[in-house]
Amino acid sequence: MSENRTVKKESGLCPRMDVEVAGIKFRNPVMPASGTFGYGQEYAPYLDLNQLGAIVTKGLSLDPKAGNPTPRIAETTGGMLNAIGLQNVGVDAFINQKMPFLEQFDTPIIVNFFGNTAEEYAEVAARLNDVPTVAALEMNISCPNVKHGGIVFGTEPQAAFDVVSLVRKRLDKPLIVKLTPNVTDIRVTARAVEDAGADAISLINTLTGMAVDVKTRRPRLANQIGGLSGPGIRPVAVRLTHQVVQTVKVPVIGIGGIFRAMDALEFLIVGAKAVQVGTANFVDPNAMEQIILDLKAFCIEEGIEDINELIGSLVL
Amino acid sequence: MKNYKTIVLSNQEISPGYFRMRILAPGYDEISQAGQFVMFRVQRALPPLLRRPFGIFRTGFLPPDCDGMAPKEFIEIVYKVVGLGTEIMQELHQGDQIELLGPLGRGFYLGDPDEEKILVGGGIGLVPLYMLAEKLENRAKTRLLMGGRTRDDIITVTEFERLGVETYVSTEDGSLGEEGLVTRVLERKLEKYPNATVYSCGPMPMLDAVQQICRRHNAPLQVSLEALMACGVGACLGCVVKGVGHSDKNPQYLCTCKDGPVFHAEQLDWSRLEDQQQECGGCN
Repeated sequence: MSENRTVKKESGLCPRMDVEVAGIKFRNPVMPASGTFGYGQEYAPYLDLNQLGAIVTKGLSLDPKAGNPTPRIAETTGGMLNAIGLQNVGVDAFINQKMPFLEQFDTPIIVNFFGNTAEEYAEVAARLNDVPTVAALEMNISCPNVKHGGIVFGTEPQAAFDVVSLVRKRLDKPLIVKLTPNVTDIRVTARAVEDAGADAISLINTLTGMAVDVKTRRPRLANQIGGLSGPGIRPVAVRLTHQVVQTVKVPVIGIGGIFRAMDALEFLIVGAKAVQVGTANFVDPNAMEQIILDLKAFCIEEGIEDINELIGSLVL
Repeated sequence: MKNYKTIVLSNQEISPGYFRMRILAPGYDEISQAGQFVMFRVQRALPPLLRRPFGIFRTGFLPPDCDGMAPKEFIEIVYKVVGLGTEIMQELHQGDQIELLGPLGRGFYLGDPDEEKILVGGGIGLVPLYMLAEKLENRAKTRLLMGGRTRDDIITVTEFERLGVETYVSTEDGSLGEEGLVTRVLERKLEKYPNATVYSCGPMPMLDAVQQICRRHNAPLQVSLEALMACGVGACLGCVVKGVGHSDKNPQYLCTCKDGPVFHAEQLDWSRLEDQQQECGGCN
Protein backbone atom coordinates (compact mmCIF):
# COMPACT_ATOMS: atom_id res chain seq x y z
CA MET A 1 0.00 0.00 0.00
CA SER A 2 2.65 2.48 1.04
CA GLU A 3 4.64 1.38 -2.00
CA ASN A 4 1.82 2.21 -4.37
CA ARG A 5 1.49 5.58 -2.82
CA THR A 6 5.17 6.34 -3.38
CA VAL A 7 4.98 5.13 -6.93
CA LYS A 8 1.79 6.75 -8.11
CA LYS A 9 0.99 9.80 -6.09
CA GLU A 10 4.15 11.36 -4.80
CA SER A 11 6.09 11.12 -8.03
CA GLY A 12 3.18 11.44 -10.38
CA LEU A 13 4.40 8.60 -12.60
CA CYS A 14 4.66 4.84 -12.67
CA PRO A 15 7.55 3.84 -14.89
CA ARG A 16 7.09 1.25 -17.60
CA MET A 17 9.28 -1.72 -16.78
CA ASP A 18 8.45 -4.09 -19.63
CA VAL A 19 11.05 -4.98 -22.24
CA GLU A 20 10.99 -7.10 -25.37
CA VAL A 21 13.67 -9.57 -26.40
CA ALA A 22 13.43 -11.62 -29.60
CA GLY A 23 9.68 -11.00 -29.82
CA ILE A 24 8.96 -12.08 -26.23
CA LYS A 25 7.52 -9.54 -23.85
CA PHE A 26 8.88 -9.56 -20.31
CA ARG A 27 7.05 -7.59 -17.60
CA ASN A 28 10.45 -6.42 -16.37
CA PRO A 29 14.04 -7.10 -17.41
CA VAL A 30 14.92 -9.37 -14.44
CA MET A 31 15.11 -13.17 -14.66
CA PRO A 32 17.14 -15.92 -13.00
CA ALA A 33 20.31 -17.30 -14.57
CA SER A 34 20.10 -20.95 -15.55
CA GLY A 35 21.36 -23.33 -12.89
CA THR A 36 20.71 -21.00 -9.98
CA PHE A 37 16.95 -21.33 -9.82
CA GLY A 38 16.40 -25.07 -10.20
CA TYR A 39 13.20 -25.72 -12.12
CA GLY A 40 11.47 -22.77 -10.47
CA GLN A 41 9.63 -24.85 -7.90
CA GLU A 42 12.51 -24.68 -5.40
CA TYR A 43 12.06 -20.92 -4.99
CA ALA A 44 8.27 -20.74 -5.21
CA PRO A 45 7.87 -20.80 -1.39
CA TYR A 46 9.95 -17.63 -1.14
CA LEU A 47 9.01 -15.47 -4.06
CA ASP A 48 6.13 -14.91 -6.42
CA LEU A 49 7.20 -16.25 -9.79
CA ASN A 50 4.60 -13.95 -11.35
CA GLN A 51 6.75 -10.97 -10.46
CA LEU A 52 9.73 -12.08 -12.54
CA GLY A 53 10.44 -11.02 -16.10
CA ALA A 54 10.91 -14.67 -17.03
CA ILE A 55 11.77 -18.04 -15.51
CA VAL A 56 14.96 -19.66 -16.80
CA THR A 57 15.32 -23.35 -16.00
CA LYS A 58 18.32 -25.47 -15.17
CA GLY A 59 20.08 -26.77 -18.32
CA LEU A 60 18.56 -29.89 -19.83
CA SER A 61 20.10 -32.69 -21.85
CA LEU A 62 18.62 -35.51 -23.89
CA ASP A 63 19.22 -38.09 -21.13
CA PRO A 64 19.32 -37.46 -17.37
CA LYS A 65 22.79 -36.44 -16.27
CA ALA A 66 24.47 -37.36 -12.99
CA GLY A 67 26.85 -34.43 -12.79
CA ASN A 68 30.24 -34.30 -11.09
CA PRO A 69 31.46 -35.83 -7.83
CA THR A 70 31.47 -33.67 -4.68
CA PRO A 71 32.76 -31.26 -3.48
CA ARG A 72 31.08 -29.30 -6.20
CA ILE A 73 31.20 -25.80 -4.75
CA ALA A 74 33.80 -23.64 -3.02
CA GLU A 75 33.41 -20.10 -1.76
CA THR A 76 36.08 -17.61 -2.81
CA THR A 77 36.53 -13.94 -2.01
CA GLY A 78 33.66 -12.14 -3.69
CA GLY A 79 32.39 -15.20 -5.46
CA MET A 80 31.99 -18.95 -5.63
CA LEU A 81 33.36 -21.72 -7.79
CA ASN A 82 31.05 -24.46 -8.93
CA ALA A 83 31.47 -27.65 -10.87
CA ILE A 84 28.03 -29.18 -10.64
CA GLY A 85 28.47 -30.79 -14.03
CA LEU A 86 25.02 -30.03 -15.45
CA GLN A 87 23.16 -32.54 -13.29
CA ASN A 88 19.60 -32.59 -14.62
CA VAL A 89 16.53 -34.80 -15.00
CA GLY A 90 16.66 -34.96 -18.80
CA VAL A 91 14.39 -33.24 -21.29
CA ASP A 92 11.52 -35.75 -21.23
CA ALA A 93 11.23 -35.84 -17.45
CA PHE A 94 11.39 -32.05 -17.48
CA ILE A 95 8.49 -31.77 -19.92
CA ASN A 96 6.38 -34.34 -18.05
CA GLN A 97 7.21 -33.56 -14.44
CA LYS A 98 8.49 -30.00 -14.19
CA MET A 99 6.63 -28.04 -16.88
CA PRO A 100 3.12 -28.49 -15.40
CA PHE A 101 4.20 -26.60 -12.28
CA LEU A 102 5.72 -23.74 -14.28
CA GLU A 103 2.70 -23.48 -16.55
CA GLN A 104 0.58 -22.19 -13.64
CA PHE A 105 2.39 -18.88 -13.81
CA ASP A 106 1.82 -16.02 -16.17
CA THR A 107 5.55 -15.65 -16.76
CA PRO A 108 7.46 -16.61 -19.93
CA ILE A 109 9.39 -19.86 -19.50
CA ILE A 110 12.85 -19.97 -21.05
CA VAL A 111 14.29 -23.47 -21.12
CA ASN A 112 18.06 -23.81 -21.06
CA PHE A 113 19.53 -26.84 -22.84
CA PHE A 114 22.75 -28.44 -24.04
CA GLY A 115 24.02 -31.56 -25.76
CA ASN A 116 27.12 -33.74 -26.02
CA THR A 117 27.01 -33.58 -29.80
CA ALA A 118 25.49 -31.19 -32.31
CA GLU A 119 22.82 -33.79 -33.11
CA GLU A 120 21.93 -34.07 -29.45
CA TYR A 121 21.52 -30.30 -29.21
CA ALA A 122 19.16 -30.40 -32.18
CA GLU A 123 17.17 -33.31 -30.76
CA VAL A 124 16.61 -31.63 -27.38
CA ALA A 125 15.59 -28.42 -29.15
CA ALA A 126 13.14 -30.32 -31.34
CA ARG A 127 11.48 -31.94 -28.32
CA LEU A 128 11.11 -28.60 -26.56
CA ASN A 129 9.83 -27.01 -29.75
CA ASP A 130 6.74 -29.21 -29.43
CA VAL A 131 5.83 -27.78 -26.00
CA PRO A 132 3.56 -24.78 -26.66
CA THR A 133 4.11 -23.24 -23.21
CA VAL A 134 7.86 -22.89 -23.67
CA ALA A 135 8.44 -19.26 -24.69
CA ALA A 136 12.04 -19.55 -25.84
CA LEU A 137 15.13 -21.70 -25.57
CA GLU A 138 18.49 -20.70 -24.20
CA MET A 139 21.28 -22.75 -25.70
CA ASN A 140 24.29 -23.37 -23.47
CA ILE A 141 27.41 -23.59 -25.59
CA SER A 142 29.58 -22.56 -22.73
CA CYS A 143 29.57 -24.84 -19.70
CA PRO A 144 33.14 -25.14 -18.48
CA ASN A 145 32.52 -28.19 -16.31
CA VAL A 146 31.81 -31.02 -18.69
CA LYS A 147 34.22 -32.91 -20.89
CA HIS A 148 32.15 -33.20 -24.04
CA GLY A 149 30.09 -30.57 -25.79
CA GLY A 150 29.50 -27.29 -24.04
CA ILE A 151 32.74 -25.42 -24.05
CA VAL A 152 34.01 -26.90 -27.33
CA PHE A 153 31.11 -25.36 -29.18
CA GLY A 154 31.52 -22.10 -27.33
CA THR A 155 35.23 -21.57 -27.93
CA GLU A 156 35.55 -22.47 -31.60
CA PRO A 157 33.61 -20.01 -33.78
CA GLN A 158 33.08 -22.49 -36.61
CA ALA A 159 31.79 -25.15 -34.23
CA ALA A 160 29.50 -22.55 -32.64
CA PHE A 161 28.18 -21.53 -36.04
CA ASP A 162 27.54 -25.13 -37.06
CA VAL A 163 25.73 -26.23 -33.92
CA VAL A 164 23.56 -23.10 -33.74
CA SER A 165 22.68 -23.48 -37.45
CA LEU A 166 21.65 -27.08 -36.88
CA VAL A 167 19.44 -26.19 -33.90
CA ARG A 168 17.97 -23.25 -35.80
CA LYS A 169 16.67 -25.62 -38.48
CA ARG A 170 14.77 -27.70 -35.94
CA LEU A 171 13.35 -24.82 -33.89
CA ASP A 172 10.56 -22.33 -34.53
CA LYS A 173 10.76 -20.69 -31.11
CA PRO A 174 13.10 -17.80 -30.33
CA LEU A 175 16.66 -19.00 -29.70
CA ILE A 176 18.95 -17.34 -27.17
CA VAL A 177 22.59 -18.48 -27.24
CA LYS A 178 24.60 -18.22 -24.02
CA LEU A 179 28.28 -17.41 -24.49
CA THR A 180 31.38 -18.24 -22.49
CA PRO A 181 33.81 -15.51 -21.44
CA ASN A 182 36.70 -18.00 -21.64
CA VAL A 183 37.76 -16.99 -25.15
CA THR A 184 40.30 -14.61 -26.65
CA ASP A 185 37.77 -12.41 -28.41
CA ILE A 186 34.10 -12.86 -27.56
CA ARG A 187 33.05 -10.69 -30.52
CA VAL A 188 34.09 -13.44 -32.93
CA THR A 189 31.83 -16.01 -31.20
CA ALA A 190 29.00 -13.47 -30.95
CA ARG A 191 29.14 -12.80 -34.69
CA ALA A 192 29.27 -16.51 -35.47
CA VAL A 193 26.10 -17.31 -33.49
CA GLU A 194 24.30 -14.27 -34.87
CA ASP A 195 25.15 -15.36 -38.42
CA ALA A 196 23.90 -18.86 -37.57
CA GLY A 197 20.47 -17.49 -36.69
CA ALA A 198 20.45 -16.78 -32.94
CA ASP A 199 17.62 -14.41 -32.01
CA ALA A 200 19.41 -13.15 -28.91
CA ILE A 201 22.67 -13.60 -27.03
CA SER A 202 23.07 -14.01 -23.27
CA LEU A 203 26.41 -13.59 -21.51
CA ILE A 204 28.47 -14.32 -19.52
CA ASN A 205 28.61 -17.88 -18.33
CA THR A 206 31.13 -18.46 -15.50
CA LEU A 207 34.84 -17.73 -15.75
CA THR A 208 36.96 -20.85 -15.27
CA GLY A 209 38.86 -20.90 -12.02
CA MET A 210 40.55 -23.08 -9.45
CA ALA A 211 41.04 -23.03 -5.69
CA VAL A 212 43.38 -25.12 -3.56
CA ASP A 213 43.01 -26.30 0.02
CA VAL A 214 46.44 -25.45 1.40
CA LYS A 215 46.30 -28.01 4.20
CA THR A 216 45.40 -31.04 2.12
CA ARG A 217 47.05 -29.52 -1.01
CA ARG A 218 44.12 -30.75 -3.03
CA PRO A 219 41.87 -28.78 -5.36
CA ARG A 220 38.81 -27.61 -3.45
CA LEU A 221 36.57 -28.99 -6.18
CA ALA A 222 36.51 -32.69 -7.07
CA ASN A 223 36.45 -31.61 -10.71
CA GLN A 224 39.64 -29.61 -10.03
CA ILE A 225 38.46 -26.60 -11.98
CA GLY A 226 35.09 -24.90 -11.93
CA GLY A 227 33.18 -21.82 -12.96
CA LEU A 228 33.57 -18.61 -11.00
CA SER A 229 30.44 -16.54 -10.38
CA GLY A 230 29.38 -13.79 -7.99
CA PRO A 231 30.00 -10.08 -7.51
CA GLY A 232 33.73 -10.40 -8.21
CA ILE A 233 33.19 -11.17 -11.90
CA ARG A 234 30.80 -8.31 -12.63
CA PRO A 235 33.23 -5.81 -14.19
CA VAL A 236 34.42 -8.52 -16.59
CA ALA A 237 30.81 -9.30 -17.48
CA VAL A 238 29.91 -5.64 -18.02
CA ARG A 239 32.92 -5.17 -20.30
CA LEU A 240 32.05 -8.25 -22.37
CA THR A 241 28.37 -7.28 -22.57
CA HIS A 242 29.40 -3.84 -23.80
CA GLN A 243 31.65 -5.36 -26.47
CA VAL A 244 28.99 -7.76 -27.71
CA VAL A 245 26.29 -5.06 -27.79
CA GLN A 246 28.64 -3.00 -29.98
CA THR A 247 29.22 -5.97 -32.29
CA VAL A 248 25.85 -7.62 -32.99
CA LYS A 249 22.37 -6.46 -33.97
CA VAL A 250 20.43 -9.07 -31.98
CA PRO A 251 19.39 -8.22 -28.41
CA VAL A 252 21.73 -9.08 -25.57
CA ILE A 253 20.92 -10.35 -22.06
CA GLY A 254 23.55 -9.42 -19.47
CA ILE A 255 24.66 -11.85 -16.76
CA GLY A 256 27.43 -11.79 -14.16
CA GLY A 257 27.52 -10.97 -10.47
CA ILE A 258 24.28 -9.01 -10.28
CA PHE A 259 23.32 -8.67 -6.61
CA ARG A 260 21.56 -5.32 -6.52
CA ALA A 261 19.56 -3.03 -8.79
CA MET A 262 22.64 -0.85 -9.27
CA ASP A 263 24.47 -3.86 -10.71
CA ALA A 264 21.60 -4.63 -13.09
CA LEU A 265 21.57 -1.00 -14.23
CA GLU A 266 25.20 -1.19 -15.35
CA PHE A 267 24.27 -3.95 -17.80
CA LEU A 268 21.16 -2.14 -19.04
CA ILE A 269 23.08 1.09 -19.57
CA VAL A 270 25.76 -0.62 -21.68
CA GLY A 271 22.93 -1.98 -23.79
CA ALA A 272 21.62 -5.27 -22.39
CA LYS A 273 17.85 -5.54 -22.93
CA ALA A 274 17.45 -7.73 -19.88
CA VAL A 275 19.54 -9.24 -17.11
CA GLN A 276 19.89 -12.58 -15.37
CA VAL A 277 20.51 -12.92 -11.65
CA GLY A 278 22.46 -16.01 -10.58
CA THR A 279 24.53 -16.49 -7.45
CA ALA A 280 22.51 -13.81 -5.63
CA ASN A 281 19.54 -16.23 -5.56
CA PHE A 282 21.58 -18.61 -3.41
CA VAL A 283 22.51 -15.88 -0.98
CA ASP A 284 19.03 -14.39 -0.76
CA PRO A 285 15.98 -16.17 -2.21
CA ASN A 286 14.26 -12.77 -2.43
CA ALA A 287 17.11 -11.07 -4.30
CA MET A 288 15.29 -10.70 -7.63
CA GLU A 289 12.19 -9.30 -5.96
CA GLN A 290 14.30 -6.61 -4.31
CA ILE A 291 16.17 -5.83 -7.53
CA ILE A 292 12.89 -5.33 -9.41
CA LEU A 293 11.55 -3.00 -6.70
CA ASP A 294 14.77 -1.01 -6.59
CA LEU A 295 14.95 -0.71 -10.38
CA LYS A 296 11.51 0.83 -10.32
CA ALA A 297 12.51 3.15 -7.49
CA PHE A 298 15.60 4.22 -9.44
CA CYS A 299 13.47 5.11 -12.48
CA ILE A 300 11.16 7.19 -10.32
CA GLU A 301 14.03 9.02 -8.66
CA GLU A 302 15.67 9.74 -11.99
CA GLY A 303 12.39 10.73 -13.65
CA ILE A 304 12.58 7.91 -16.16
CA GLU A 305 9.15 6.95 -17.54
CA ASP A 306 10.20 3.84 -19.43
CA ILE A 307 13.09 1.59 -18.49
CA ASN A 308 13.86 1.20 -22.19
CA GLU A 309 15.16 4.80 -22.07
CA LEU A 310 18.01 3.49 -19.94
CA ILE A 311 18.95 0.62 -22.20
CA GLY A 312 22.05 1.50 -24.22
CA SER A 313 22.19 4.97 -22.72
CA LEU A 314 25.92 4.72 -21.95
CA VAL A 315 27.64 8.08 -22.25
CA LEU A 316 31.07 7.86 -23.86
CA MET B 1 9.81 -21.67 5.41
CA LYS B 2 10.66 -18.10 6.13
CA ASN B 3 13.31 -15.61 5.10
CA TYR B 4 13.63 -12.52 7.26
CA LYS B 5 15.95 -10.20 9.13
CA THR B 6 16.06 -10.71 12.84
CA ILE B 7 18.25 -10.06 15.87
CA VAL B 8 20.62 -11.96 18.09
CA LEU B 9 19.33 -12.35 21.66
CA SER B 10 22.51 -13.84 23.12
CA ASN B 11 25.76 -15.41 21.97
CA GLN B 12 27.99 -17.18 24.48
CA GLU B 13 31.03 -19.41 24.40
CA ILE B 14 30.00 -22.64 26.13
CA SER B 15 33.21 -24.64 25.62
CA PRO B 16 36.49 -23.56 24.03
CA GLY B 17 35.64 -22.78 20.40
CA TYR B 18 31.94 -23.66 20.74
CA PHE B 19 29.26 -20.99 20.91
CA ARG B 20 25.58 -21.05 21.65
CA MET B 21 23.48 -18.36 20.00
CA ARG B 22 19.88 -17.46 20.66
CA ILE B 23 18.03 -15.69 17.86
CA LEU B 24 14.58 -14.09 17.81
CA ALA B 25 12.66 -16.35 15.41
CA PRO B 26 8.91 -15.74 15.15
CA GLY B 27 7.01 -18.70 13.76
CA TYR B 28 9.65 -21.36 14.39
CA ASP B 29 8.36 -23.16 17.46
CA GLU B 30 5.30 -24.55 15.78
CA ILE B 31 6.81 -25.61 12.47
CA SER B 32 10.36 -26.74 13.30
CA GLN B 33 11.06 -30.47 13.28
CA ALA B 34 13.93 -32.03 15.17
CA GLY B 35 16.83 -32.32 12.72
CA GLN B 36 15.97 -29.33 10.56
CA PHE B 37 18.42 -26.50 9.94
CA VAL B 38 18.56 -22.78 9.20
CA MET B 39 20.81 -20.69 7.00
CA PHE B 40 22.38 -17.49 8.26
CA ARG B 41 23.64 -14.46 6.53
CA VAL B 42 25.84 -12.90 9.13
CA GLN B 43 26.38 -9.55 7.51
CA ARG B 44 25.26 -7.78 4.38
CA ALA B 45 28.77 -6.72 3.46
CA LEU B 46 31.02 -9.21 1.72
CA PRO B 47 32.63 -11.53 2.57
CA PRO B 48 31.45 -14.13 3.39
CA LEU B 49 29.28 -14.35 0.32
CA LEU B 50 27.19 -17.42 1.02
CA ARG B 51 24.90 -18.18 3.91
CA ARG B 52 25.99 -20.79 6.40
CA PRO B 53 23.88 -23.79 7.45
CA PHE B 54 23.35 -24.62 11.15
CA GLY B 55 21.29 -27.33 12.79
CA ILE B 56 18.58 -26.09 15.13
CA PHE B 57 19.49 -26.93 18.74
CA ARG B 58 16.12 -26.02 20.20
CA THR B 59 13.20 -23.63 19.94
CA GLY B 60 11.45 -21.89 22.79
CA PHE B 61 9.75 -18.81 24.18
CA LEU B 62 11.16 -16.01 26.29
CA PRO B 63 8.88 -15.26 29.23
CA PRO B 64 6.66 -12.24 28.56
CA ASP B 65 8.04 -8.88 29.67
CA CYS B 66 6.38 -7.01 32.53
CA ASP B 67 4.78 -4.78 29.93
CA GLY B 68 2.39 -7.55 28.98
CA MET B 69 3.80 -8.11 25.49
CA ALA B 70 3.45 -11.56 23.95
CA PRO B 71 6.20 -14.09 24.72
CA LYS B 72 9.06 -13.90 22.22
CA GLU B 73 9.79 -16.98 20.15
CA PHE B 74 13.44 -17.94 19.65
CA ILE B 75 15.69 -20.62 18.23
CA GLU B 76 19.06 -21.63 19.55
CA ILE B 77 21.97 -22.92 17.54
CA VAL B 78 25.31 -24.22 18.76
CA TYR B 79 28.27 -23.76 16.47
CA LYS B 80 31.99 -24.38 16.38
CA VAL B 81 34.29 -21.64 15.12
CA VAL B 82 35.95 -23.17 12.08
CA GLY B 83 36.15 -20.55 9.35
CA LEU B 84 35.39 -17.09 8.13
CA GLY B 85 31.63 -17.19 8.71
CA THR B 86 31.78 -18.52 12.25
CA GLU B 87 34.67 -16.19 13.12
CA ILE B 88 32.37 -13.28 12.34
CA MET B 89 29.48 -14.92 14.15
CA GLN B 90 31.37 -15.26 17.41
CA GLU B 91 31.71 -11.48 17.50
CA LEU B 92 27.95 -10.87 17.33
CA HIS B 93 26.19 -9.41 20.35
CA GLN B 94 22.65 -9.00 21.61
CA GLY B 95 20.73 -6.77 19.23
CA ASP B 96 22.93 -7.40 16.18
CA GLN B 97 21.06 -8.10 12.96
CA ILE B 98 21.25 -11.31 10.98
CA GLU B 99 19.24 -12.78 8.13
CA LEU B 100 17.59 -16.07 8.86
CA LEU B 101 16.26 -18.58 6.31
CA GLY B 102 14.43 -21.67 7.48
CA PRO B 103 13.48 -24.03 8.91
CA LEU B 104 14.90 -26.10 6.08
CA GLY B 105 15.11 -29.76 5.12
CA ARG B 106 13.59 -32.93 6.48
CA GLY B 107 13.98 -33.77 10.13
CA PHE B 108 14.05 -37.02 12.09
CA TYR B 109 11.23 -39.52 11.87
CA LEU B 110 10.24 -40.10 15.49
CA GLY B 111 9.11 -43.67 14.95
CA ASP B 112 7.39 -46.17 17.17
CA PRO B 113 7.08 -45.10 20.83
CA ASP B 114 7.55 -48.70 21.98
CA GLU B 115 11.10 -48.98 20.66
CA GLU B 116 14.04 -47.95 22.74
CA LYS B 117 16.07 -45.15 21.22
CA ILE B 118 19.81 -44.69 21.12
CA LEU B 119 21.18 -41.34 19.98
CA VAL B 120 24.84 -41.18 18.92
CA GLY B 121 26.43 -37.75 18.56
CA GLY B 122 30.01 -36.78 17.80
CA GLY B 123 31.23 -33.26 18.62
CA ILE B 124 29.12 -30.60 16.94
CA GLY B 125 26.90 -33.46 15.69
CA LEU B 126 25.22 -33.40 19.09
CA VAL B 127 23.35 -30.24 18.13
CA PRO B 128 20.40 -31.64 16.11
CA LEU B 129 20.01 -34.48 18.62
CA TYR B 130 18.84 -32.18 21.42
CA MET B 131 15.49 -31.32 19.91
CA LEU B 132 15.12 -34.97 18.97
CA ALA B 133 15.80 -36.05 22.55
CA GLU B 134 13.26 -33.49 23.73
CA LYS B 135 10.59 -35.03 21.48
CA LEU B 136 11.54 -38.65 22.16
CA GLU B 137 12.02 -38.45 25.88
CA ASN B 138 8.33 -38.54 26.78
CA ARG B 139 7.60 -41.19 24.15
CA ALA B 140 10.27 -43.81 24.62
CA LYS B 141 13.29 -44.79 26.68
CA THR B 142 16.09 -42.67 25.23
CA ARG B 143 19.83 -43.08 25.73
CA LEU B 144 22.47 -40.72 24.40
CA LEU B 145 26.04 -41.63 23.55
CA MET B 146 28.23 -38.54 23.29
CA GLY B 147 31.65 -38.70 21.68
CA GLY B 148 34.46 -36.24 21.07
CA ARG B 149 38.21 -35.94 20.71
CA THR B 150 38.61 -34.25 24.09
CA ARG B 151 36.38 -33.03 26.91
CA ASP B 152 36.02 -29.69 25.10
CA ASP B 153 34.03 -31.43 22.37
CA ILE B 154 31.44 -32.80 24.80
CA ILE B 155 28.98 -29.94 24.65
CA THR B 156 25.57 -29.29 26.24
CA VAL B 157 25.79 -32.42 28.37
CA THR B 158 23.88 -30.73 31.22
CA GLU B 159 21.02 -29.81 28.91
CA PHE B 160 20.63 -33.40 27.76
CA GLU B 161 20.78 -34.70 31.31
CA ARG B 162 18.17 -32.19 32.38
CA LEU B 163 15.79 -33.75 29.85
CA GLY B 164 16.12 -37.02 31.71
CA VAL B 165 18.09 -38.73 28.96
CA GLU B 166 20.50 -41.44 30.10
CA THR B 167 23.85 -40.07 28.94
CA TYR B 168 27.15 -41.87 28.27
CA VAL B 169 30.28 -39.89 27.46
CA SER B 170 33.42 -41.09 25.72
CA THR B 171 36.45 -39.14 24.53
CA GLU B 172 39.33 -40.27 22.36
CA ASP B 173 41.90 -38.96 24.84
CA GLY B 174 40.02 -40.09 27.91
CA SER B 175 39.78 -36.56 29.32
CA LEU B 176 36.09 -37.07 30.05
CA GLY B 177 34.07 -40.27 30.43
CA GLU B 178 35.25 -43.49 28.91
CA GLU B 179 38.42 -43.46 26.80
CA GLY B 180 37.87 -44.49 23.19
CA LEU B 181 35.47 -44.11 20.33
CA VAL B 182 31.77 -43.60 20.84
CA THR B 183 31.10 -46.40 18.38
CA ARG B 184 32.53 -48.92 20.83
CA VAL B 185 29.90 -47.84 23.34
CA LEU B 186 27.22 -48.20 20.66
CA GLU B 187 28.33 -51.76 19.98
CA ARG B 188 27.86 -52.63 23.67
CA LYS B 189 24.50 -50.89 23.96
CA LEU B 190 23.10 -52.63 20.92
CA GLU B 191 24.09 -55.97 22.39
CA LYS B 192 22.19 -55.06 25.52
CA TYR B 193 19.19 -53.43 23.79
CA PRO B 194 18.88 -55.30 20.48
CA ASN B 195 15.53 -53.75 19.54
CA ALA B 196 16.68 -50.14 19.76
CA THR B 197 16.39 -47.62 16.94
CA VAL B 198 19.51 -45.52 16.38
CA TYR B 199 19.76 -41.83 15.44
CA SER B 200 23.16 -40.35 14.69
CA CYS B 201 24.95 -37.17 13.67
CA GLY B 202 28.67 -36.50 13.54
CA PRO B 203 31.71 -36.69 11.28
CA MET B 204 31.47 -38.98 8.27
CA PRO B 205 33.92 -41.68 9.49
CA MET B 206 31.89 -41.96 12.68
CA LEU B 207 28.60 -42.19 10.77
CA ASP B 208 30.06 -44.86 8.54
CA ALA B 209 31.15 -46.90 11.57
CA VAL B 210 27.72 -46.41 13.18
CA GLN B 211 26.09 -47.58 9.97
CA GLN B 212 28.19 -50.76 9.86
CA ILE B 213 27.43 -51.57 13.49
CA CYS B 214 23.69 -50.99 12.99
CA ARG B 215 23.69 -53.15 9.91
CA ARG B 216 25.34 -56.00 11.82
CA HIS B 217 22.75 -55.69 14.57
CA ASN B 218 19.84 -55.15 12.22
CA ALA B 219 19.07 -51.91 14.02
CA PRO B 220 17.12 -49.22 12.14
CA LEU B 221 19.25 -46.09 11.71
CA GLN B 222 18.65 -42.48 10.78
CA VAL B 223 21.62 -40.19 10.14
CA SER B 224 21.87 -36.45 9.83
CA LEU B 225 24.48 -35.36 7.28
CA GLU B 226 26.54 -32.22 6.85
CA ALA B 227 27.52 -30.87 3.45
CA LEU B 228 28.80 -27.81 1.69
CA MET B 229 25.84 -25.96 0.26
CA ALA B 230 25.13 -22.61 -1.33
CA CYS B 231 21.34 -22.26 -1.36
CA GLY B 232 19.78 -24.64 1.20
CA VAL B 233 16.62 -25.06 -0.89
CA GLY B 234 17.58 -27.67 -3.51
CA ALA B 235 18.58 -25.37 -6.35
CA CYS B 236 22.38 -25.27 -6.45
CA LEU B 237 22.92 -29.06 -6.28
CA GLY B 238 26.17 -28.46 -4.43
CA CYS B 239 25.28 -30.69 -1.46
CA VAL B 240 24.24 -33.91 -3.19
CA VAL B 241 24.94 -37.39 -1.82
CA LYS B 242 24.62 -40.65 -3.70
CA GLY B 243 21.43 -42.53 -3.03
CA VAL B 244 21.19 -46.29 -3.09
CA GLY B 245 21.33 -47.70 -6.63
CA HIS B 246 23.17 -44.65 -7.97
CA SER B 247 25.08 -44.98 -11.23
CA ASP B 248 26.15 -42.57 -13.95
CA LYS B 249 23.45 -43.94 -16.23
CA ASN B 250 20.80 -43.82 -13.55
CA PRO B 251 21.70 -40.92 -11.26
CA GLN B 252 20.14 -41.20 -7.81
CA TYR B 253 21.51 -38.10 -6.19
CA LEU B 254 19.82 -36.77 -3.08
CA CYS B 255 20.12 -33.17 -1.91
CA THR B 256 21.37 -32.99 1.67
CA CYS B 257 19.47 -29.72 2.08
CA LYS B 258 16.11 -30.76 0.73
CA ASP B 259 15.87 -34.55 0.79
CA GLY B 260 17.84 -34.53 4.07
CA PRO B 261 19.72 -33.58 6.14
CA VAL B 262 18.20 -36.62 7.90
CA PHE B 263 18.19 -39.84 5.91
CA HIS B 264 17.28 -43.41 6.71
CA ALA B 265 20.54 -45.32 6.38
CA GLU B 266 19.08 -47.54 3.67
CA GLN B 267 18.43 -44.52 1.42
CA LEU B 268 22.16 -43.91 0.97
CA ASP B 269 24.92 -45.56 -1.02
CA TRP B 270 27.40 -46.03 1.83
CA SER B 271 30.09 -47.59 -0.35
CA ARG B 272 30.74 -44.21 -1.90
CA LEU B 273 29.67 -41.89 0.81
CA GLU B 274 32.84 -41.58 2.80
CA ASP B 275 35.12 -40.46 -0.01
CA GLN B 276 32.62 -38.00 -1.45
CA GLN B 277 31.91 -36.16 1.77
CA GLN B 278 34.48 -33.71 2.94
CA GLU B 279 35.05 -32.12 6.29
CA CYS B 280 32.40 -29.50 6.21
CA GLY B 281 34.08 -27.60 9.01
CA GLY B 282 36.33 -25.56 6.76
CA CYS B 283 33.43 -23.90 5.02
CA ASN B 284 31.53 -22.55 7.97
